[in-house]
Amino acid sequence: MQSQSGFLIFCAALVLLGLLAFFAGRYKAVRVRRAGASMYAQPDQYAWFAVLSTAGPAIFVGALGAFFLLLLDVSVPTFYWLAVSLAVAGAGLALGIAQVRPAFHARKAIERVIRGILALAALISIAATFGILFSIISEALRFFQLHSLWAFLTGTTWSPGASFLASAGRGDGGGAEFGSVPLFAGTFMITLIAMLVAVPIGLLSAIYMSEYAPGRVRTFAKPMLEVLAGIPTVVYGFFAAITVAPVIVAMAGWVGLDASYNNAVAPGVVMGIMIIPFISSLSDDVINAVPDSMRQGALALGMTRGETIRDVVVPAALPGIISASLLGMSRALGETMIVVMAAGMRPNLTANPFEDMTTVTVRIVAALTGDQAFASAETLSAFALGLVLFVVTLSLNLVSVLMIRRFREKYRVNNL
Amino acid sequence: MSQTFDDISRQLGRRHRRSARLKWISMSALGLAGLFLLWFFSDMLGKGLPAFQQAYIKTTIQYSQQASQDGRKAIDQALVPLVSRTEVRGIPRLLRNQPARVGTQEFRWLLTKSEVDQYLKGHRHTLNAQEQADIQRRVDSGQIALRFNAAFFTQGDSRIAESAGLLSAVVGTVMTMIVTLSIAFPIGVMTAIYLEEFAPDNWFTQIIEININNLAAIPSILFGLLGLAIFINFFGVPRSSPLAGGMTLALMTLPIIIISTRTALRSVPDSIRHAAFGVGCSQWQVVRDHVLPLAMPGIMTGSIIGLAQAMGETAPLIIVGMVAFIPDVGASFTNAATVMPAQIFTWAGEPEKAFVEKTAGAILVLLAVLISLNAFAVVLRKKFERRW
Repeated sequence: MQSQSGFLIFCAALVLLGLLAFFAGRYKAVRVRRAGASMYAQPDQYAWFAVLSTAGPAIFVGALGAFFLLLLDVSVPTFYWLAVSLAVAGAGLALGIAQVRPAFHARKAIERVIRGILALAALISIAATFGILFSIISEALRFFQLHSLWAFLTGTTWSPGASFLASAGRGDGGGAEFGSVPLFAGTFMITLIAMLVAVPIGLLSAIYMSEYAPGRVRTFAKPMLEVLAGIPTVVYGFFAAITVAPVIVAMAGWVGLDASYNNAVAPGVVMGIMIIPFISSLSDDVINAVPDSMRQGALALGMTRGETIRDVVVPAALPGIISASLLGMSRALGETMIVVMAAGMRPNLTANPFEDMTTVTVRIVAALTGDQAFASAETLSAFALGLVLFVVTLSLNLVSVLMIRRFREKYRVNNL
Repeated sequence: MSQTFDDISRQLGRRHRRSARLKWISMSALGLAGLFLLWFFSDMLGKGLPAFQQAYIKTTIQYSQQASQDGRKAIDQALVPLVSRTEVRGIPRLLRNQPARVGTQEFRWLLTKSEVDQYLKGHRHTLNAQEQADIQRRVDSGQIALRFNAAFFTQGDSRIAESAGLLSAVVGTVMTMIVTLSIAFPIGVMTAIYLEEFAPDNWFTQIIEININNLAAIPSILFGLLGLAIFINFFGVPRSSPLAGGMTLALMTLPIIIISTRTALRSVPDSIRHAAFGVGCSQWQVVRDHVLPLAMPGIMTGSIIGLAQAMGETAPLIIVGMVAFIPDVGASFTNAATVMPAQIFTWAGEPEKAFVEKTAGAILVLLAVLISLNAFAVVLRKKFERRW
């Protein structure tokens, strides 16, 4: 609570000092100008420079103090911390006022500061990526200290149950097995089903919209597909579990198959439908970017419209289509809510899509929503799984970006 | 060349039929997507619309001395099996807070148990024939009726199906979105301005650019892992709080805002910049006074779409613990809270049948909010879009 009130005092003092800097700076600048000196900048700009030189260093020092306080557990007394940062603010104020002189380029100085602030903001997005990498890798390393990497990648049994007892102080953690093969098998099975639904429907829809559809249909169909992309995944998950899964079970029953209610088909199909718009909109753009001269050439040779599309347009657009499919695939691999709600919890190594099977993301959620100590092997295993997921989706994305770049260079398209 | 004209025209016919077939197949693919959407919405409406109505029973409540100990004493004993437990529990609490009421009586609608509600809606229930006859008699006399379910919008979560409401989730969503936007919007717009207007074209800028595109494609659950490991375990942000959830979502929304802001900035023609430079503006003055105001509608549109996406996101919030059971409505950035998608997730996991309807109702509310946000973004773009 003390640091909170300290923070409030700091903010209030800074605002007051900033106001003081602004009006004092402007007053002095106006006076200097009235005295007849020709200045490089407007009074307001000198005033803003004074504000920046007051607030900037003080905020920096304050943030540094908070950083030490939070991270390194150095108990800097709030009073000293406050006093030092306010002293810095005062010094900045004095400097800002002193800089109000005709030869000083206040506008350029402001420009430099703002440029620095903007670059700092751009760095935050890099920090986010490194934050993800750092957090996942460091926790995954802790996991691999407990269990071997080789067993993790090639083991066929996933039974983290015993590690729970170990973290509770009973048992020694022996018997817990973290073989991720069944999880990846389940993930790839569901992804495969999703792609079997999404690629044909998405690609054919894109072909229809770019090659056949009259403008009226296009203006209606494009938003319709975008609605599919805008539905939250938790809603898809509910739909898959409550509505689609019983339908799949009934349909499997007609052909004499025995399907589980947590079968892989229901989440796979629903996930495929979720991915359709990703594939169709990018494929649509790519097909539209294929130069018309190629279509005209093919038609002039006497090819029918269908042959032109099949033998000329689609092959030309293939890098873009593959790239769209890879993007869709990386979405399917990382999709969480649909499988958490509609797929099973039991790691199951099987090729039968009507059995229940679990995925990587389901296990991540399961490992992190229990009431376990953070350092338990099961919790850490979530980060190991996350690391693999990160590597796989990142490489899919990179390949996809490279393919689309090749397409763009080949046809000199700029808006993809 | 031994083909006759007949052969050739037959072959041509085949080719044209095949060409036509492609058209029909591709059209039916689009139709299939449309059919799915139709199935989805009709299913959700069918399941969710009944949630906006709830069975109520009209009765006299005697605020006697006994009732302040045991709420069941306040109502007709024959009705006790029908009235919801939350109503019965509420009576002693009411009398404790307002002692002046003791001795008075009141005639009003009370929530019934969810079994009665499910029976009235024709869903599965566990009532026996005698109870059904009793309820049917009261329905015919107008004592029990389906009325607008205000509790759904004015109360927090509850383990008792009939009094479970969305309000705590709505408040949680608003708090989380405030955090998300107040972080992602300024940083996103500043990043985009830097990349588009200031940055030199060097390897550093290219790394930032590649990185932003990658960030947009990282599975959302990994952001949850980041939130858990860095924000919660490292910085000590309270678990399950809108602060933790909002910061996690802000990182996810950041690339969307950056990309749409860059598009908006790029669509402002260079002639505007040249003119502003020509009258002696500095670079920041050009951006602040000329480029940014013209790009603002595009930036707003992108941000609203990003906001809508963040609003529907569940997976990272589950990881940072925002699936808490929150019966009380309270607005705080650091206390445990839940959001609408997480509420849907929790209700979907409830074994009681009456919660299916609640879940679908909450989904309808969420979809309505998301669709109106997106429609608002589209209108904004249509209204302010300028062709240069």
